[in-house]
Amino acid sequence: MTGDGGRRGAAARAVAGVQPPVAQPSSAPVPAVRAVALARSYPMGGEEVRAVRGVTFDIADGEYVAVVGPSGCGKSTLLNLLGVIDRPTAGSVAVRGRDVSAMSDREATRFRLHNVGFVFQRFYLMPTLSARENVELPMAEAGVGRAERRARALELLRYVGLGARERHRPSQLSGGEQQRVAIARALANSPALLLADEPTGELDARTGAEIIDLFGRLNADGTTIVVVTHDEELARAARRVIHMRDGEIVRDEGRGTG
Amino acid sequence: MRAALASAALQRHPVRTLLAVLGVAVSAALLLDMVMLASGMRESFRQFLLIQGFQLRVSPKGTLPFDSEATIERAGAALATLRAHPDVVTVSPILGAQTHTLRGDSAHTAFAVGVDPGVQGDYELLRGANASAPDRVVANEAYLRLTGRRLGDTLDVVVGFDPQFRSYTGRRALVLVGVGRFYYTATNQAVLAVPLATLQAMSGAARADRVSLFMAKVRAGASVEAVRAWIERTIPKVTAISTETAVAQVEERLGYFRQLAFILGAISLVVGFLLVTTLVTVSVNERVGEIAVMRAMGVSRAHVVQQIVLEGFAISLAGAVLGLLLGLGTARYLNAILSDFPGLPATFDFFLFQPGAAWRSLGLLVLSGILAGIYPSWRASSLPIATTLRREAVA
Repeated sequence: MTGDGGRRGAAARAVAGVQPPVAQPSSAPVPAVRAVALARSYPMGGEEVRAVRGVTFDIADGEYVAVVGPSGCGKSTLLNLLGVIDRPTAGSVAVRGRDVSAMSDREATRFRLHNVGFVFQRFYLMPTLSARENVELPMAEAGVGRAERRARALELLRYVGLGARERHRPSQLSGGEQQRVAIARALANSPALLLADEPTGELDARTGAEIIDLFGRLNADGTTIVVVTHDEELARAARRVIHMRDGEIVRDEGRGTG
Repeated sequence: MRAALASAALQRHPVRTLLAVLGVAVSAALLLDMVMLASGMRESFRQFLLIQGFQLRVSPKGTLPFDSEATIERAGAALATLRAHPDVVTVSPILGAQTHTLRGDSAHTAFAVGVDPGVQGDYELLRGANASAPDRVVANEAYLRLTGRRLGDTLDVVVGFDPQFRSYTGRRALVLVGVGRFYYTATNQAVLAVPLATLQAMSGAARADRVSLFMAKVRAGASVEAVRAWIERTIPKVTAISTETAVAQVEERLGYFRQLAFILGAISLVVGFLLVTTLVTVSVNERVGEIAVMRAMGVSRAHVVQQIVLEGFAISLAGAVLGLLLGLGTARYLNAILSDFPGLPATFDFFLFQPGAAWRSLGLLVLSGILAGIYPSWRASSLPIATTLRREAVA
């Protein structure tokens, strides 16, 4: 753990019955995310694609932000940069005040393990592990003891409404249930930031709505969420919506209301 | 957890994993059999010669033991000379002769060795007593099967038998007092052991003081080679051969054969390596998305490498264990087939299990399985996370 304060991992602590510490008043609070002139381009077919073109924004601690825009506008690339699984070609990103743009692979891996939770469209659960074992994975990587990670995994599964499904394998769960397991897994190490890339993309409307509700609850419990989506319902549930087009932010709705 | 993940990855396609393990097991079995064959024949031959601890064989000049009917003349004097050498502990004189056991009109052929029962090194007594008196005889099981005789029976044995005229050079009534296992004769060959003097007397005046072979034990710490050279210098018209020389000669003759065995063993090792590499690479290719997600979650490159190398290790270890059983079973079966070859002694094994060589070769196979996992694991750990996830999403 990095010792970050504020509302980091508040949902996971709430799950465990631990109240998040009350944020202390500060003249210049550190944002959960700060992107400055952030750009990412890559070669494709002999041409340079400028996926993200120098965007600058802050995301405050505890905010729930949806990034929307047409396909290919750079939403997922932006999410990858915030999650430190990609490197900017220009500009910088800081997560909870720590510049993550120039981290080595080892540093970035360690940072992600303790500070970032990912939820993907296709769940990516380990098919031969049970729901509980899937949730335990990041904790095992972080060196959490067997008994402790088992207890936390069960608490998280209960939090996402799957307490009775801990022994089920992904193939025995519905799409919505699998996504909830993936969310529990993303919360395993009490991350400062939860990033979701089209989390309802493979779900029907009803189960998609359940996931939207879950994200709302997570945010209400203090988790900072950034979600990339085409789903209007999911975007509407967010308190702030960033609209992107051609790698640029064209509109930022609800900023400062988080 | 890495072990659990590696195990989970292998269980994902159980049939494929099982087939890969079987493939590695076949490679391991072939490797083991080739190692057992390559070093086993030499070692088996050495053990075969040293079965009773005789390090020297003295045969008529220019011959190998029992490869002709030639005999050593003035055997009594030669025996006394040999026994007089301070480094010679035991000398066993042996005369070989073809015998016939007469019963009514039938005459059963058996090979007989005339030995000194007190120092003989040609057989071990399984039951009964030794042929310690002039009219006593020990036979093997093949002889009993052939003739239908039992312990206590009196046998009518002749030497130099001419079936047409039913003539012979010597004839004795011998009492069957013991059953033995003969080391140097073929499994199904009927064999008798009689006192040397009896067989010499039955073989006629020309062989009265002759033997086919002397076997000698040299005192521990003494130079076998020095004794061997002394024998050739001192006793006329004999060739003395030490176990080491005989083994070296056999090894020279088997040189190409051993090379072939090593090449086949190396090929089986490479096949095992490629099998594991292929399986692990295919497995990694199927789950690049999962691996990228694991990396995104914060799983380190080193742990990805360890997990995938563990998969290769598990396959090769399971294959090696199974291959050990398969290889031992195959070697036993082949030994049984080869032991029926005419003229081959029952105590000689083509495939000899030598723990050191077997563990080394199987260890090499397991090591190759670990190395086989390195390329796919390096590839997996080097996946660009964002690009891989983007490709997976598009796919």
